[in-house]
Amino acid sequence: MKTVKSLNMKKILFLIMVLFTTLANAQSKYEAGMGKGFEMLKSAQSAEDMGAASAFFERVADAEKDKWLPYYYAAYANHLTGWMNPKADKDKVAAKSKDLLTKAEVLEKDNAEIWVLHQMITVQQLTVDPMTRWQAYGAEASDYIDKAKKADANNPRIYLVEGQFKQNVPEAFGGGKEVGKVLFTKSIELFKTFKPATEMHPSWGKDQAEQMLAALNK
Amino acid sequence: MKYLIILLSSLFILLSARAQVQVLGSVRDMKSRILAGANIAIKGSYDGTTSDSTGHFSFKTFEKGVQTLVVSNIGYKTVEQQIDLSKEFGPFNVALKEEISELKAVTVTAGSFEAGDKKRAATVLSLLDVLTTGGANADISAVLKTLPGAQQVGDQEGLFVRGGAGYEAKQFIDGTMVNNPFYSSVPDIAQRGRFSPNLFKGTVFSTGGYSALYGQALSSAVILESIDLPEQSQVNASISTVFLGAGFQKLDKTKKSSWGFNYGYTNLWPYFQIVKQGVDYFTVPEFHSGDANFRIKTKGGMIKYYTTFATSSLGLRRPDIDSLVLKDAFGLNNTNWYNNLSWREFLGKGWKMNLGLSYSTDLTKINQQLQDQQNKPVTGSTAWMNLKTYSLDNTANLSQIKLVFDKRISGISVLRFGNEYQYAYNKSIYNGFSLPLKDHYYAAFTEADINITNELAFKLGGRLEHSSILKKWNLAPRLAIAYKTGPGAQFSFAYGDFYQKPENNQLMLTTQLGYTKATHYILNFMKTTTLQTFRVEAFYKKYEDLVKTFPSINNDGTGYAKGIELFWRDRKTFQGMDYWISYSYLDTKRDYLNYPGQLQPNFAANHTASLVLKKFITKINTGFNFTYSYATGRPYYNIKYETSNAKYVIADQGKTIDYHNLGFSMNYLTTIFKSYAVIVASVTNVLGSNQIFGYNYSQNGLYKEAITPVAPRFFFVGCFLSWGVDRRQDAINNNL
Repeated sequence: MKTVKSLNMKKILFLIMVLFTTLANAQSKYEAGMGKGFEMLKSAQSAEDMGAASAFFERVADAEKDKWLPYYYAAYANHLTGWMNPKADKDKVAAKSKDLLTKAEVLEKDNAEIWVLHQMITVQQLTVDPMTRWQAYGAEASDYIDKAKKADANNPRIYLVEGQFKQNVPEAFGGGKEVGKVLFTKSIELFKTFKPATEMHPSWGKDQAEQMLAALNK
Repeated sequence: MKYLIILLSSLFILLSARAQVQVLGSVRDMKSRILAGANIAIKGSYDGTTSDSTGHFSFKTFEKGVQTLVVSNIGYKTVEQQIDLSKEFGPFNVALKEEISELKAVTVTAGSFEAGDKKRAATVLSLLDVLTTGGANADISAVLKTLPGAQQVGDQEGLFVRGGAGYEAKQFIDGTMVNNPFYSSVPDIAQRGRFSPNLFKGTVFSTGGYSALYGQALSSAVILESIDLPEQSQVNASISTVFLGAGFQKLDKTKKSSWGFNYGYTNLWPYFQIVKQGVDYFTVPEFHSGDANFRIKTKGGMIKYYTTFATSSLGLRRPDIDSLVLKDAFGLNNTNWYNNLSWREFLGKGWKMNLGLSYSTDLTKINQQLQDQQNKPVTGSTAWMNLKTYSLDNTANLSQIKLVFDKRISGISVLRFGNEYQYAYNKSIYNGFSLPLKDHYYAAFTEADINITNELAFKLGGRLEHSSILKKWNLAPRLAIAYKTGPGAQFSFAYGDFYQKPENNQLMLTTQLGYTKATHYILNFMKTTTLQTFRVEAFYKKYEDLVKTFPSINNDGTGYAKGIELFWRDRKTFQGMDYWISYSYLDTKRDYLNYPGQLQPNFAANHTASLVLKKFITKINTGFNFTYSYATGRPYYNIKYETSNAKYVIADQGKTIDYHNLGFSMNYLTTIFKSYAVIVASVTNVLGSNQIFGYNYSQNGLYKEAITPVAPRFFFVGCFLSWGVDRRQDAINNNL
């Protein structure tokens, strides 16, 4: 009995030790932090959850100081709260998203991912009052798309957000379902070959592009 | 076993080292109001949280010892606080101070309507609004007339604001004054503005109390800001019932510069064949207009040049009021050339420069003739009848330069100062008799925008002017205060003195005159949300030194105007519909020109109201726009010289019938020949209401004739095409 017991204890202890070393060494603090952030992002059910994810990424970013990705995700998550909460003051949300994204931009210049997010934030502001904001914000949004394409024409998210924008523009104005289909198809094509630089780099959007295309094909 | 104990104890140590502590606290602003969503962090770690809806926070951390707690929230100054996690875990109650920011800071709104697409400003009207106001036919002034403060005057051009005459309102493009903003006057027929609304990205309609940067306007300043670079190169063409046009705009590949030109030809002959006019046009109105521009992006700014050249001619004949058989023929030829060069630049270290140069020349030739039934010139039976035959050539040149510097002093407070110089040359040749007039006008101005907090702001300024023709100086103080009472709600107060030179036709008779003067006091309350605006404004305006023309030409005229105005715009309540309502109450009297005493002037109605409705139906790509304007009757007088008493008396007076006007327009958006096209149809006075703007009297005062529009309605159908940039983007409604 004794032997069995001690053996069991030893086994348990060994396992605990192994677990500890893995936790301590296999992942750096930053990676673990980002991992936790992604988990929060994925599991967010409400604007509050999403806001918490944004705030967490912001804390990671502020602590790390030299990494643009946590600022990018902080801006991205904050931007999503604007859509998740229908009562949100989108201008206020956008101001904060822009603020965070600008911090990412300081660390990472001319990146298509950042331009794409800029476009998304601008479109969110446009929807507050499309009639009067169309001119200024519409031009700004298409400007970001141009910049994104210039930085990396093969980024699939560019065509996803461009399609999301243009499918709602009436056909007579150079938008519409057909234009949307073309852009979503292109986005899906590019997703097939797209490889993020690291696991932490943005890789979202494939499902959305497929859903958007399916909805248009209905 | 020993082995096991060591292991266990080391594990225990490890675990205790990793023990978490709970940190508690709350976040509020300096007025103890709850701040939700603030980010709380331990500096250098990932630990932290956000404050909840009650402003409270709590989080666990593995950090130990003395740490820095960082509390941040957008729009507030970040607070860092030292905490010792081995001793205290809270509650840490942190108060954040609001940053004074342009987005939140109160701005002075008394007296002015900001229009245009400035992103977050108190936007009231945009370019799209100008293009889609029913019955306004894309005329900026016609749209401004649907705002409170402006009168529904239909027999002469100009904006008649708060008891002020048309010439008391001035227009400014990129800072410099425009000499002839409207097409040349025709008796009893209001003319359109010369400038297309498409040229401007922003319009401020100021009905009083405006900035020290603007002078020589007693009543109102319309401040127009021209567009910057176009989005892309384009070709456009237009065809309508009254005009043809084509244009080209080229944007450089680097998107750093652009140039372009437009040409338009207007001829009302075909239109007059279909829609009969109340007067006999012997020269059908015909206009040529060409414009050209270039725009260059500089290091921290933009250089813009715009020029327009226009010629127009028309001639019309009306029965003479003093005779049963004779007619008055009025012929007009006009040439106008306008140039505007502006340069704005950020100079760094909080300095900004605005330079404006403009030159315009305008030549108007008027031929007025008394004619018989065969339309042959005749000589009248009396001397005063013969005054109805004359020729008048009027030249008006204006050169000006205006330089303004902005210096950011602290926070968002700004000090602004500058100089302005104008050289005006006017010459009238009346029946061969020449009357030239030259004036060197100089002005220096300074103004400070001081934001004490986000809730309280001052605008304090002054303007010093000198006119060589009057040989007089004037100093005009300006003051405005704005106080924010809640989210989107604020009070403003504005005070200012405004001076204006007498009109040229008065100065041609004598230069022994001084400035005319108005003093404005304005109190305004405004409540805005993104899609709704409510505004109420009360004003008192005192007129002094107005020009009297009898018994001699002097500055003894006086007057006042007071009233209250309401404005409500709503784009929220009815889905996809935008409407605004404005109402103005005006009480005004003035003694000027040959008035025998203080009278309510014939351009002022006591009550004016407008309802503007716009609805875009995405399904059919068509917008429908209605504008209904109403004004109570305006007074009219027959001010007659009584030889026996050697003075002017009111021989007759009355009030016109109420004014009603329902305007309608629709815009259909489509594609034609691969171009983006907008088809516009519009009609003024849909209901055919009888509109009377006043009366003309015969010389003996026994007969009066109503001044009415030359046709009950004006119809317009046009098609605007553009290749390249999608201009119909302008018209996309709530379909995003």
